[in-house]
Amino acid sequence: MPDLILILSLTALGYFAGTWAENRHYRSIREREKQLLHIPAITMKDIPYPDGEICSSRLVEGSAVISIDYFKRLLAGLRNIFGGTIISYESLLDRARREALLRMKESAPDAAVIVNVRIETSAIGKYSSKRNIGCIEALAYGTAIDLKKQ
Amino acid sequence: MENSGEHPSVKTVSGQNFVLTNVETIPGRSIVEHFGLVSGSTIRAKHIGRDLMASLKNLVGGELKGYTQLLSESRDQATRRMVRQAVDLGANAVVNVRFSTSSVAQGAAELYAYGTAVRVE
Repeated sequence: MPDLILILSLTALGYFAGTWAENRHYRSIREREKQLLHIPAITMKDIPYPDGEICSSRLVEGSAVISIDYFKRLLAGLRNIFGGTIISYESLLDRARREALLRMKESAPDAAVIVNVRIETSAIGKYSSKRNIGCIEALAYGTAIDLKKQ
Repeated sequence: MENSGEHPSVKTVSGQNFVLTNVETIPGRSIVEHFGLVSGSTIRAKHIGRDLMASLKNLVGGELKGYTQLLSESRDQATRRMVRQAVDLGANAVVNVRFSTSSVAQGAAELYAYGTAVRVE
């Protein structure tokens, strides 16, 4: 009985605190995405500027480790029995990748463009060896191009 | 352990900037010599204090700042090892850099960076 109460209260905590934190994170992501729209991050290698205009280029990167809450982990565990889409994990991966992209852009605020952007995701933490993932790391990296001042 | 505040791309070699990119060229400059593959790796285990915080944070979800910091410090170190290898060869840039992460043991992650060392003008 005390075990059941513990699990129920952890689930409730995970649900309320997790949903609140996720909504707050999404608000911040959307706001910063709007602010950084002037730096295009493209996955192609071609640089849309002639060689003469380029001042410098450098590697920029951003990463984020995001963990899932107890309630969603429980949901995903139930999903593992029947199979199908695990919707609760979708927001976890989406948040991590968007946050990593934003941090990459924030590390190069003066860049004209970031080319050849690659996003890599890996499951880390002590749950990664088991069937369910506990937390994931998203890494975004690319080449920032600075133009010569006119 | 070296100081980790320094960004790998601003490391200077005989007064010149060491350049890293993940495209095949250094935009705006020309490659004069290739030195082949260089790589650097590091394996990090988690800090017990951070692990405790992380397992608490695992209940409510969200960002694990300690891990983000730990992994980016380790990735910086892997990059610096790669850069040092390139400098030893006489290169002043590394192009086509790739990163990869794998968890090798429970609670330990390997961060690996590799690229092609070149000399540019």
